[in-house]
Amino acid sequence: MDFTEEQIERYSRHIILPEVGGRGQRKLLDARVLVVGAGGLGSPALMYLAAAGVGTVGIADGDRVDLSNLQRQIIHSTPRVGTPKALSAKKTIEELNPDVEVITYNERLTRENIREVIRGFHIVLDGSDNFPTRFLVNDAAFFEHRPLVSGSMFRFEGQLSVFKPHEGSPCYRCLYPEPPPPGLVPSCQEAGVLGALAGVIGVLQAVETIKEILRIGEGLSGRLLIFDALRMDFRKVRVRKDPGCRLCGKEPSIKELVTYEESCELQRSSCET
Amino acid sequence: MAVKVRIPTPLRKLTEGKDEVTAEGTTVREVIDDLEKRYPGIKERICEEDGSIRKFVNLYVNDEDIRFKLNLDTELKEGDELSIIPAIAGGMC
Repeated sequence: MDFTEEQIERYSRHIILPEVGGRGQRKLLDARVLVVGAGGLGSPALMYLAAAGVGTVGIADGDRVDLSNLQRQIIHSTPRVGTPKALSAKKTIEELNPDVEVITYNERLTRENIREVIRGFHIVLDGSDNFPTRFLVNDAAFFEHRPLVSGSMFRFEGQLSVFKPHEGSPCYRCLYPEPPPPGLVPSCQEAGVLGALAGVIGVLQAVETIKEILRIGEGLSGRLLIFDALRMDFRKVRVRKDPGCRLCGKEPSIKELVTYEESCELQRSSCET
Repeated sequence: MAVKVRIPTPLRKLTEGKDEVTAEGTTVREVIDDLEKRYPGIKERICEEDGSIRKFVNLYVNDEDIRFKLNLDTELKEGDELSIIPAIAGGMC
């Protein structure tokens, strides 16, 4: 399997697991994961993917590190305030694990560029902060036949699921057919979010991604995990494939990527500064 | 019949901060109407003007999405739990 001595030592706690082993570790080193958003969810997810030796990690984020991010976005640090998040995350990862090749997309994913970006990876992890991006990522992952590990959070509550419509399981639109109209749902910027909650959900996204790479255990595909931090309650509900889904249903009406409006002006300014 | 309704974070300001409330009804439709009486304003957060459920909100009876049962006519039994689960978007923020 061609590991260096250093790799054998670095990944020894993985290699010793029968479910991973040398073969699994090789799969991780050969894997290519795209992380959308190097923010609250992307930070912990990226740290654990990098530590696990996921060989190629893509980071798509057009934002810069802001002081108000550091309450939860643990891949960044105080001296990095003002630098592009994708580059800041890359630096942290390179210090953590030189085995990982980091590809940065220091721009917002759009209808024009997203499919080409996704095509270069095996799995997509969505940690974006707005509905237009979530639907764009879902639709693009569907068109490119890539599994999508989706996490989101709001105040003290998080949601997590895995979507693999190309393997017959539901997509994000089977769960939520359309985004809310702009302005109806407050963003975290307006509503707040518990910093450590991002760690819980982001790390669970990393767990699901690693399981997907290794093809071990039972993934969250077809189930939605809802975490309520105040009650310390993890619940799972069923997610069914919707035969009427406009994207992956029997008679799809969405045949190409669509762009939704931003949910609010506040969010837009935060994404572009 | 009283059923337990789980209220998601974004709607808790309508339920005096409560994450769990009780409401009366034998179908999901009746429970939502009763919720609206107790917590005015909550129905329009869940339903469109025509009464159908909004496309970014799901209602679950126990762990089943009512869209794949009888939708608003889905019946509730003693001890069932109705959960309101809206899409949330935050990740980076």
